[in-house]
Amino acid sequence: MNHSAPPAVVLDGIWKRFPGVIANHDVSLTVERGTIHAVVGENGAGKSTLMKTLYGMHRPDAGTVAVNGTEMHMKSPADAIDAGIGMVHQHFMLADNFTVLENIILGSEPAHRGVIDAASARRDLAELMRTVGVTLDLDMPVSELGVGERQRVEILKVLFRGADIVILDEPTAVLVPEEVDELFATLRRLVNDGATVIFISHKLDEVLQVSDAITVMRQGTTVASLTPAETDRAGLAELMVGSELPTPGGRTTPIGDSARLSVAGLTVMGAEGRPAVESATFTVRAGEIVGIAGVEGNGQYELCAGIIGLRPADGTVMVDGRDISHASVRDRHDAGVAYIPFDRHREALMLNSSLWENGLLGREASPELSTGPLVNISAARASTRGIIERFGVLTPNETVPAFALSGGNQQKLVVGRSMITEPAVLIAAHPTRGIDVGAQAAVWAELRDARDAGCAILLVSADLDELIGLSDTLLVMFDGRIAAELSPEGLTPAELGGYMTGATTGASA
Amino acid sequence: MSDTTTERPTGLSGLLARITTGSNAGSVRTSLTTVASSLAAVAIALTICAVLLLVTGKSPIDAYTTIAETAGNSDKLLEMLRRSTPLIFSATAVAVGFKMNLFNIGVEGQYLFAALIAAEAGSRVSLPAVFHVIFILVVAMAAGALWASISGVLKVYRNIHEVISTIMLNYIALSVIQWLFENFFRDDSVEGLNVKTTIIAESGQMPDLVDGRLNAMFLVALATAAAFWVLVYRCRFGFRLRASGYNATAAEVAGIGARRMIIAAMLISGAIAGLVAMYSVVGETYAYGPSATPTQFGFAGITVALLGRNHPVGIVIAALLFGFLDSTSAVLQLADVPNSIVKVMQSIIVLAVVIVNEATIRRLNARTAEQMRSQIDTGEAS
Repeated sequence: MNHSAPPAVVLDGIWKRFPGVIANHDVSLTVERGTIHAVVGENGAGKSTLMKTLYGMHRPDAGTVAVNGTEMHMKSPADAIDAGIGMVHQHFMLADNFTVLENIILGSEPAHRGVIDAASARRDLAELMRTVGVTLDLDMPVSELGVGERQRVEILKVLFRGADIVILDEPTAVLVPEEVDELFATLRRLVNDGATVIFISHKLDEVLQVSDAITVMRQGTTVASLTPAETDRAGLAELMVGSELPTPGGRTTPIGDSARLSVAGLTVMGAEGRPAVESATFTVRAGEIVGIAGVEGNGQYELCAGIIGLRPADGTVMVDGRDISHASVRDRHDAGVAYIPFDRHREALMLNSSLWENGLLGREASPELSTGPLVNISAARASTRGIIERFGVLTPNETVPAFALSGGNQQKLVVGRSMITEPAVLIAAHPTRGIDVGAQAAVWAELRDARDAGCAILLVSADLDELIGLSDTLLVMFDGRIAAELSPEGLTPAELGGYMTGATTGASA
Repeated sequence: MSDTTTERPTGLSGLLARITTGSNAGSVRTSLTTVASSLAAVAIALTICAVLLLVTGKSPIDAYTTIAETAGNSDKLLEMLRRSTPLIFSATAVAVGFKMNLFNIGVEGQYLFAALIAAEAGSRVSLPAVFHVIFILVVAMAAGALWASISGVLKVYRNIHEVISTIMLNYIALSVIQWLFENFFRDDSVEGLNVKTTIIAESGQMPDLVDGRLNAMFLVALATAAAFWVLVYRCRFGFRLRASGYNATAAEVAGIGARRMIIAAMLISGAIAGLVAMYSVVGETYAYGPSATPTQFGFAGITVALLGRNHPVGIVIAALLFGFLDSTSAVLQLADVPNSIVKVMQSIIVLAVVIVNEATIRRLNARTAEQMRSQIDTGEAS
């Protein structure tokens, strides 16, 4: 490392006054060139605000931003891109029906007299992919890619625009261990090639594994800067939350005997016309949590969609002995099936609508919330107030639009909406994705309470600790099939990872 | 401050979604801002038109004085109400679709088809006075809904975009109407150019509010706008309609079947569309006639719905404004101002509204998020 070179990024005394729960105050961050620098902190600690400042999405109220030794006054992300800063957002921003190539060059198309020069883009990208050790079929539509591949497209896109400082916002939140390893290998090659990576995360093991330097944020400010050698998981956790991390707790009540959800021979077609789920058969009993583990894109979404009736499926689905295989989404809902969706923005929320309207969605036919054909607005508002209170959604009232909430609070509303109906069967897909540690513990407690009250829960998660800690039985999905049924007792994330990638096979219940 | 305001639909689809479904943060302040932005848009349009008039060598002052003088003339005001009647129906019909991002461009064909069928049916029955009129209106609604349902069925079962099918069905409607009229429904006793269907008996004629100037279809139009409000903002069906518009996937996940909603929205939209020409059919000419029945209101309805931001109050106001501008065209011609300036003005107003609205909504959303944070900050949040 060239010590005379100025650091890639120096943020000094940054204040950002959103008069809200957290603002950035007196934040200082120095990122050396050619390093992987992790910024860790709970959700809501101010990491995203800080990164938005660095990426020019808003201007700090006080403090300075220096990139490669030059003080910057960025007015928009375009200025940041010009300065060589690129950002890979947590929610991917790709055009689904464009190919990989089209997505990457979108916005910075190499053109010759107004005609896109695809050949030169191809050459440049081949070179780029070789450098960072990524392989992608450039002509594949993005809609057919898995999450990990989409993320690689995003990274390539940023690099294609000439970024040498790459910010990744929670890049591992959507990945499984194998994909995480690939991502880290890519990042390592990037920094070896001279780039700088800023990596936002709250997964401490990963941070310790991959980063060269760590900055910890808590309640809007930076509380520590250290190297992985100087600390360990417990130390980082304490810096982050000031106390030990909660873990999913075990069960105290026995599992019931009755099968509340029975799935037999369920085959669900995928987008490409071949089965995404093939003859899945399993049972979830009253008071049982069955966890679904698997690398994302191995049929978990289609399995849930098949159960709740979103996608046509062969086979049978029974709830409390009632065959709902051919029932509509609404009838299955009425039969007691609730669903916490994979993607809250796509499948759960009307971002421009008020919280109470969001709270009402899917329950608008319930007798308590309507009067004849009319919506009972006061009852609907009261019901949403109940969710807000019980699930600790941080909001002034139930009339603000959903987009004004932070991601974690949106998730709490979505979870609350699904659970407040006391469903017979709960399909919970990534119930704690993207929410902070405190809220995570609260959601886990709600899931456990529902389980103890006799609810049958099917839990899909990428958080292996969550899966192992909460599930009574674990099913591993691989390539659309249930590849293994495991007992979570004594199972380590590493062992589970082996089943998920297909490296280990067979049932060992 | 984590991910909040940035993850909203962007690009053309987002823009369209916001134009059509509007922002939903319904505080008084929001409404005031919306009204203010619409007024600003009208002012901008007037300014641009003034420049256009100057360029063409006409005096904008003369033109606007003429228009302003019209406003004090009670005859012209009645004319305004009369002309706004079909626009209210047409815009409401369009707005029902817009609420779930369904673009019914086929109101034109739907209402003309409905006008012919209702006029013919009305001339063939004899019923007591009130029932006769109601019968004709119900037939008109059924015929409009039937024609619109074709597009709904095509979309649901054949995945054909409703913009394509409704536009195409407009042309098909014209041919079907001509064929039906010439071969079956034409009153052969009428000679000359002004051919019509058989005149509807007096029991089927809508009473006038002001003799010969305004008939009671105007009240039906207001009632329809009110019913639209109740349906969309108070009924479960309207909630589902709006939910499908705001986030179709989330609505589907919540058990709101897209197919059923598309069919229902097209049926309701078509039924309202069926009433567009009724002020003429049951209120003025008491028949359908190729030259007697007014055309082009289907397309004007789209602009009025946009201007009124798909809200019934906005639609009524926008329809009155357009009706007023239409009513001035004759006077303008007398004052040697080309009356096409009225059409230009209407178009520029709509463009200006769309542009100003987009800016306003962004600012409003940013302000809402900011306000919320400050409320949390001062401890008002739970």
